[in-house]
Amino acid sequence: MNKRFSAILIPIISVLIALAISTVIILLIGKNPLTAYSALIRGSFGSKQAIADTIIKTTPLILTGLAVGFGFRAGVFNIGAEGQMVMGALIAAAFAGNFGFLPPIIAIPLTILIAMAVGAGYAAIAGFLKAKTGAHEVVTTIMLNWIATYFASYMVTGPLKVGSGTPKSPEIANSAQLPILMKVGAIEVSAGIIIAVVAAIFMYILLNKSTTGYEIKAVGFNPYAAEYGGISVSKNIILAMAISGALAGLAGATELMGVHHRFLGELSGGKGFDGISIALIGQNNPIGIIFAALLIGALRTGSNEMQFVGVPKHMVMIIQGIVIFLVAADRIVRTIMIRKKVTK
Amino acid sequence: MRVLEAIFLVFINPLFYKITLTAATPLIFASLGGVYSEITGVVNIALEGIMLMSAFTSVVFTYLSGNVWVGVLMAVISGLAFSWIHAWGSIKWAGNQVVLGTALILIAQGVTGFLMEPIFGKPGQTDFVGKVEELKIPGLSNVPFFGKIFGELSPFVYMAFAAVAFSWWLIYKTKLGLRMRAVGENPEAADTLGINVFGIRYFGVLMSGVWAGLAGAYLSIGEVGHFRELMTGGRGFIALAAMILGKYNPVGAMLASILFGASSAFANQMQSSSLIHVSATVKPLFDMIPFILTIIVVAGFVGKSRAPKADGIPYEKAS
Repeated sequence: MNKRFSAILIPIISVLIALAISTVIILLIGKNPLTAYSALIRGSFGSKQAIADTIIKTTPLILTGLAVGFGFRAGVFNIGAEGQMVMGALIAAAFAGNFGFLPPIIAIPLTILIAMAVGAGYAAIAGFLKAKTGAHEVVTTIMLNWIATYFASYMVTGPLKVGSGTPKSPEIANSAQLPILMKVGAIEVSAGIIIAVVAAIFMYILLNKSTTGYEIKAVGFNPYAAEYGGISVSKNIILAMAISGALAGLAGATELMGVHHRFLGELSGGKGFDGISIALIGQNNPIGIIFAALLIGALRTGSNEMQFVGVPKHMVMIIQGIVIFLVAADRIVRTIMIRKKVTK
Repeated sequence: MRVLEAIFLVFINPLFYKITLTAATPLIFASLGGVYSEITGVVNIALEGIMLMSAFTSVVFTYLSGNVWVGVLMAVISGLAFSWIHAWGSIKWAGNQVVLGTALILIAQGVTGFLMEPIFGKPGQTDFVGKVEELKIPGLSNVPFFGKIFGELSPFVYMAFAAVAFSWWLIYKTKLGLRMRAVGENPEAADTLGINVFGIRYFGVLMSGVWAGLAGAYLSIGEVGHFRELMTGGRGFIALAAMILGKYNPVGAMLASILFGASSAFANQMQSSSLIHVSATVKPLFDMIPFILTIIVVAGFVGKSRAPKADGIPYEKAS
């Protein structure tokens, strides 16, 4: 089968199988799947508000998807996008509260840069440990996620705390907030979506047109051959983790500067983990990742509406899990496709 | 100085040792699960998800039957069923084991959250459904110091240590154990000798489901008697770290689990120390201790812990 064709077909069929399984589950709890799915679609694309909400949810997902996807291309499995995103946004929030004296043209890039640098540095810890001691990045990045979560909860209930209720940091300066592109009722779509799309294009160029990208891909493809070819494996592992972390930090920045304007108790809410599904569904291709993020973003937005018709929003996690499973074990899907051909 | 005094008081308090044992128990079970799966060559990130499913299943069946031991049995069965999915994807279909594991964690989080409402009528947390009684050893509870540690412990604690002894015997003293190790090191050679590589790998992964199932049951009906969303809280991953630190050996995994248990017991006791008065604000910093320790351990001492050669590589028969 044509390689490019199957790269698109496998994720699509996986999504369809996942929907079929979730239909059975919804039937089992005695609800109407058609009602549930129409609520899901209405909730994500049914109105101007819904579309605006979907764009807002998709923005950080494109970036965490790029973060994980970039890692995959380099042969590292960055489960830590969650923690890198939290740390980036948290530290940027701590600084950007004081940027009132700076004009936006300096305050905005500066805040973004801080979030990206912190994300890169936090991810580089795992990269460094993998390169130098062989510590598996899956274990270290998960641990760094937990540490980031507890650190953030310490910061917003302690040194950064303002007001009562939900733990939160002070609001960042007006000049550090991203410009608004579109306003629907109380929902504001910021320029974050443009940043995310530009990042995807940048990643495409980096991977396909630059020496760095070539080296990183070579290490990911076969570290032994790369080493033999004079490419430093450990340098590239650390670099790949850092770039991956910078993208996750950027996801934190768009959330901070475009949506909440402050660090809230739980900023990430699983977006780092969603990055894994998005990278897989998008087959680590930057353009594919944009569409995969839109799919997951729409599912997340619509799931609230689905909850109103009596189907718990956890359904979306199940669908996502099944899709990842099928894309990882893609031979299941291939076998189904071949069988279909034979029976024809 | 008050801090040193507080640390000293923690170490002479029998409660610290009791909490160490109870905190280590789920890690011992889950890291044993990791050992079974990985020595046959299958990476099992899914432990966290298996534990979560089993913790939930045991609460559901305790609730339905009114008997906690039915809950424990069903936890083991659900562990078997859920790990079978991992085995199916990674052995039969040669999928990427790490990615399959994360998929199963997501599915477990989704399924347990999803079913909570239809079954218990509310999200977030179930009601108290019952708990496995502590084992009271007559006479022992009156012995100073040791009585406070061993006088009243969950039977799961003893089961965990028995499981370690059994596993050590199975893996190092039986023909089956030899085959498991052979399959994890060199599946091609094992295949040539007539060992059923796929069968042995299925056995390893399914057994990891049994142990992770018991770990999950302990977290819910063994410790608190209810289920809470995401209640495993990363323990599956700490168990993986314990397995690596324990050099893929049941006894080593047990010792490493006890080390992690002690670190969380230490954090727990320091938080409640009256000497240094830890405010609610600083508590999250103490909660970080076991995770920081895991990183140090995985990076520092483990340089020499060598994974089985074929760990993580799907086996495909040359055709």
